[in-house]
Amino acid sequence: MSIRTPLARSRGLGSARSGTHHWWLQRITAVALIPLAVWFVVGLVVIGGADHATAIAWVGHPVGAVLLVLAVAFGFWHGQLGLQVVIEDYVHGEGCRIALLIVMKGAALVLALAAILSVLRVALGGAV
Amino acid sequence: MAADERPLSPHLQVYRPQLTSVLSILHRATGMALAAGMLLLVWWLVAAAAGPEAFAAVQWFNGSILGRLLLLGFTWALCYHLCNGVRHLFWDAGYGFEIPDAYRSGWGAVVASSGLTLLVWIVGYAVRGG
Ligand code: HEM
Repeated sequence: MSIRTPLARSRGLGSARSGTHHWWLQRITAVALIPLAVWFVVGLVVIGGADHATAIAWVGHPVGAVLLVLAVAFGFWHGQLGLQVVIEDYVHGEGCRIALLIVMKGAALVLALAAILSVLRVALGGAV
Repeated sequence: MAADERPLSPHLQVYRPQLTSVLSILHRATGMALAAGMLLLVWWLVAAAAGPEAFAAVQWFNGSILGRLLLLGFTWALCYHLCNGVRHLFWDAGYGFEIPDAYRSGWGAVVASSGLTLLVWIVGYAVRGG
């Protein structure tokens, strides 16, 4: 027996009102990040401590730039989903929680855009 | 008792730390550390796009003692979060829940992440020659 209405059950969204969407996205982004993180660390180790010209060549490489944009996008996407859970766990006042979530997600968006635009600028030859 | 004053479980003052619980909280701690580490990555990329002077400033910071310690910490955080994340993904797929398995994979994550961190730094220093 269930105390849910048949309509609520068929929607399948549960008490968090978004079903398993958040959980699932966190797993998808995690799986995507495994190869991206390995590629990223190997790349940084190889060019470690590089001068500007070497770094620009790495960041702006036609394939590397795509992977770097993906790594930044998935990293921030996964990170803000994770920080959301941490905030929801520890911040119990509703106003405070919503405010923090907005600030955290806004910051993640702005930082991700700044990083991605920088990669594009380098890749498209705007930085010398 | 008002709902928001009730103790939540596990009650940390009386909860004996175990490998499993410590590794679990470390996953959260390293996740938060990595989120902070993304700031350094953004600075690095924005500076690379801005030009040689801005880039030299980040590289100076990264080469300083504080910078190196931070980078070492972020390297281990990433390696641990990655290895333990794979452990999480196996659980999500329904594998490895028996207690001996959870301990084996837990020690595996500790050893693998520390080994990988060491490897990354040894190769890193070898590549740039000190
Ligand atoms: C490198 C590949 C990565 C993998 C395989 C991975 C995997 C995971 C998994 C499976 C979870 C869910 C854990 C759970 O069920 O409690 C998670 C949580 C989390 N991850 Fe990652 N992750 C990766 C990279 C990152 C990065 C780069 C960041 C930071 C931007 C990050 C930040 C977080 C945060 C904050 C959480 C939430 C922790 C919690 O709820 O306790 N992760 N990660």
